[in-house]
Amino acid sequence: MFDYAIFVAYALLSLALVLSFVRLVLGPSLPDRVVALELLASLTVGFIGVAVVSTGRSAFLDVAMVLALTAFLAAIAFARYLEKGGHRLND
Amino acid sequence: MIEILTAVFLVAGAGFMLIAALGLLRMPDLLTRMHATTKAGVLGAGLIMVGAAIFIGQLTVVVKAVAVIAFLILTAPVAAHAIGRAGYFMGVPLWSQTHTDELEGRYDPETHILASSSEKPSGNDGQVPRETSGSDRQEP
Repeated sequence: MFDYAIFVAYALLSLALVLSFVRLVLGPSLPDRVVALELLASLTVGFIGVAVVSTGRSAFLDVAMVLALTAFLAAIAFARYLEKGGHRLND
Repeated sequence: MIEILTAVFLVAGAGFMLIAALGLLRMPDLLTRMHATTKAGVLGAGLIMVGAAIFIGQLTVVVKAVAVIAFLILTAPVAAHAIGRAGYFMGVPLWSQTHTDELEGRYDPETHILASSSEKPSGNDGQVPRETSGSDRQEP
């Protein structure tokens, strides 16, 4: 029963990973891809949470913490690049 | 009992993350996509972290899981705001059925300073040209 629940959680997260990867490939604009990358990082944090339960190794939570922070930094850096780069679509 | 509670939290969290990815794929423009991913994604990751904390049950693990949830809740709105602002300045087209764009013409396109409702920003008569289209816009 419990193993089945962990399997279902892994399956749902994998499907979500595939769907957001499709959006990452399709775009159509760079901010859409940045949003997709952000969701990929959140999904990886979720994967790490399920892995903590299924393996019992709580040290993985440190990885999740660092990953959440670096994903935030990457999003801010991308947003600053997009805004300050003077790149406009409709010029 | 703890196993049942953990299973409920894990499956619910994974389900919310699947809903977030589904919204990211199906929503028509950038802002609605961010509406789907930021809220449902953070809720899903937070529920999974709660499940892991309940399952392990040690104090250090609970503190780490709470720290991850706090980081997610603190950083996700800021990142979404920054990306949405950058996308708006880039001129990412809104959905064709967008009802109102209250910022239209209020931003100075050069300095990115917001004007109040009574005055228009200088230069270009304050009219930032924007067109709306569906989700299948061509890559520039």
